Amino acid sequence: MSENTFDLAVIGGGPGGYVAAIRAAQLGMNACVIEREHLGGICLNWGCIPTKALLRSSELYHLFNHADEFGLSASNIEFDIEKIIKRSRTVSKRLTGGVGYLMKKNKITVFDGTAKLKGKGVIGVSGQDGEAQPDVQAKHIIVATGARARSLPNLEGDGKLVWTYKEAMIPDHMPKSLLVVGSGAIGIEFASFYRTLGAEVTVVEVMDRVLPVEDEEISDLAQKAFEKQGMNIFTGTTVEGLVKGENSVTATLKKADGSSEAITVERVILAIGITGNVEDIGLEEAGVKVDRGHVVIDEWCRTDVDGVYAIGDVAGPPWLAHKASHEGVICVEKIAGVDGVHPLDTSNIPGCTYCWPQVASIGMTEQKAKEEGREVKVGRFPYQGNGKAIALGETDGLVKTIFDAKTGELLGAHMIGAEVTELIQGYGVAKTLETTEAELMHTVFPHPTLSEMMHESVLDAYGRVMHI
Amino acid sequence: MPIEILMPALSPTMEDGKLAKWMVKEGDTVSSGDVLAEIETDKATMEVEAVDEGVIGKILIGEGTEHVAVNKPIAVLLEEGEDNSALEGFEGGGVQPAAATPETQTPTPTAGPAPEPEPATSSQPTAAPASSTSNGQGGRVIASPLARRLARDGNLDLSGLKGSGPNGRIVKQDVEKALAGGAAPAAPAAEATSAGQVMPATMPSSASIPAMADDEILALYEPGTYEVVPHDNMRRIIATRLTQAKSTIPHFYLSLDCRLDALLAARQRLNAMSAPEGPNAFKISVNDMIIKAMAMALQKVPDANATWTEQGVLRHRSSDVGVAVAIDGGLFTPVIRHGEVKSLSEISNEMKDLAGRARNRRLAPHEYQGGTTSISNLGMMGIKSFDAVINPPHSSILAVGAGEKRPIIKNDSIEVATMMSCTLSCDHRVVDGALGAELLDAFKGFIEEPVTMLV
Repeated sequence: MSENTFDLAVIGGGPGGYVAAIRAAQLGMNACVIEREHLGGICLNWGCIPTKALLRSSELYHLFNHADEFGLSASNIEFDIEKIIKRSRTVSKRLTGGVGYLMKKNKITVFDGTAKLKGKGVIGVSGQDGEAQPDVQAKHIIVATGARARSLPNLEGDGKLVWTYKEAMIPDHMPKSLLVVGSGAIGIEFASFYRTLGAEVTVVEVMDRVLPVEDEEISDLAQKAFEKQGMNIFTGTTVEGLVKGENSVTATLKKADGSSEAITVERVILAIGITGNVEDIGLEEAGVKVDRGHVVIDEWCRTDVDGVYAIGDVAGPPWLAHKASHEGVICVEKIAGVDGVHPLDTSNIPGCTYCWPQVASIGMTEQKAKEEGREVKVGRFPYQGNGKAIALGETDGLVKTIFDAKTGELLGAHMIGAEVTELIQGYGVAKTLETTEAELMHTVFPHPTLSEMMHESVLDAYGRVMHI
Repeated sequence: MPIEILMPALSPTMEDGKLAKWMVKEGDTVSSGDVLAEIETDKATMEVEAVDEGVIGKILIGEGTEHVAVNKPIAVLLEEGEDNSALEGFEGGGVQPAAATPETQTPTPTAGPAPEPEPATSSQPTAAPASSTSNGQGGRVIASPLARRLARDGNLDLSGLKGSGPNGRIVKQDVEKALAGGAAPAAPAAEATSAGQVMPATMPSSASIPAMADDEILALYEPGTYEVVPHDNMRRIIATRLTQAKSTIPHFYLSLDCRLDALLAARQRLNAMSAPEGPNAFKISVNDMIIKAMAMALQKVPDANATWTEQGVLRHRSSDVGVAVAIDGGLFTPVIRHGEVKSLSEISNEMKDLAGRARNRRLAPHEYQGGTTSISNLGMMGIKSFDAVINPPHSSILAVGAGEKRPIIKNDSIEVATMMSCTLSCDHRVVDGALGAELLDAFKGFIEEPVTMLV
């Protein structure tokens, strides 16, 4: 067996790919990862992690500005965008370095280069300089190439005036005004970051509400909170065209009522979704089916082609790092024939958005549950009713739970407010274990915590709420 | 360190029992040998004695609590010099009503055909409701709360379901599938290989044919025309064991009549020789002589002195004969051991003692476990003949009818004799027809010529 022959080769070293490789190594497989840019993928380098570092800075800035509310005094509060970015990059680097260590520890070979399927079980690799390197052979190949920002014909990033997430993460200066196109998680997080640091921020959303995948009630609360912070939000609005000036962009907005409005901003951030990295990896030649920018897979992440699998963003939504990782594990375990592997239940994948206030959810929205014809019981508990929230000075927020009235199944949970991204997992465990309202009610939640609201919301769904 | 007093195992197979009564209270000083509590197992009530000296610091399990697992702490004993502060961390409360603790409501079921490593006795203390369930997880049904609720609402018995969740956990999807009719039935634990037929999802995995559900039965009687008498441990055990016996042991029956005249005459002469009172006094009954005769017969036909196990037939050396003793609310089958070497007076006196204690439910498990056959005598009730159910792990049981004067034909002429009809039920796995007949014939020989029992 040559040194370039493996049980498993993973194309792409993001949170899907590297986790798949580690799991394979744990199961005794000889695995390799082929990464064209940097281990950790978008998540660690240009996504989840560095943006959380940025948002931490803006959060602290906000708190310093409200120091007197907490009996502290702080004056001349300033920030240095360069330093904020530098910290963000350091955080990112530390973690990608960590992935390198994990690869070594698990004896996973890492090839720096771009992969291309060349035939059954064979991958061609070209180095950073484009020079061909020895082929990699593997019985099983997982495509985990991730995704990139989507662009539209009239909406394309130029890296200077019109940014995608990547430029927005490392701005050369602090823009005074911004237009954010798209109010999904990526758009809203940047909108939140720049607004908190003082930029004039306008958000345009084609759907009728911000964070369109969230529960309507949560979207409404989020929009109100953003508007209160001074964001301009246009829902049901499209961007007709962008006219670039020297150091500004004029965008024509077509609003829901049919009227048009032109606004001029210093920079534009495009966050209109993402599209899978399916090009130039030999998918079509190999016969792998691709549909609208994503590889088509079955419940075990298998493509149409024997021995070729796809996981994570390239295999379609939800575009979440934790979904990619989980798919990686399932895919590898299925390959290895591990007992008791289960396909991913997408209704149990939580989603988190780190805007201010934070939004987190799992499962069905109320609307979706009703569309399915279910009779539901809905519980709500507001942050104003929670002692810990009041002590923190975070009284805006809501915990909403949706139960099937007939069976008591927890169909969904939707939260907005401080630290909800850390709380949602409680409902995640509950849903995965298939608890009903009874077990949630019997669970003892510690006092004083924000998590008590999760209990109260459940109680409220059954008319037993205590503190409102 | 305070000493934890643990729920004792009163027999090797005991899994749990009822804490029937506390004989001490918190604060009482006890010394080694003092009776602390009474534990009720399937059939017997046993006393728990103190092993150490000390003060009862805390009673952890309330009186009347059922299904207390073996080795679960039931009380805490404080040693010399320790005060109540040492009790911190010990949970419980002496005053819990029986039904208040969750575990009292959770039966620990023994699945019908679940393998039992050792030969079970008629008095296996793992009493359990007959509706016991299992999905291959040692008796417990592993199911998500939602799956349980869906099953309850859909009247689905989860014990027949195979779980698709982690470690075979039954999840929502499994129940939904089952309710929709596409169930994956669990392989019944002990029958998977032989039975082969697919069971409907709603069928319990137990070997027994599903009994009617309570709801179905109650619907047939007008409310108010009956009262419900809750089962006690003994009732449950009888139901479980005998259902198991009758559905797993291939019974067959052999009957014959024994002439009693010689035995009755011998009995009269023997009893006349008894001391009027004192330790040497005895009063031998017909039943005592039947026990002796059976013990002797087992020695004469040793192949029938046997027990079925999967790994092989246990050939017993001594004749251990169980004797059914009816008591209020049930029965016990204490065992006369080494019946072949015991004298009639020994057997008689031992039987009196055992029967007396059986009626007070004071038998220790070792006194009613084991044995290879038993005798059930309904003669004194005027029953002429009947068929008895074998008491596992026995391989036979002798049903004895009344001794009565009947006309018989002897040497072609009619004469009057005292006759007794006996029916031997045999476990065909161990005792074939001819062997059973041989045993019964040997028994008859000893009964009709009692003097041969002396040889």
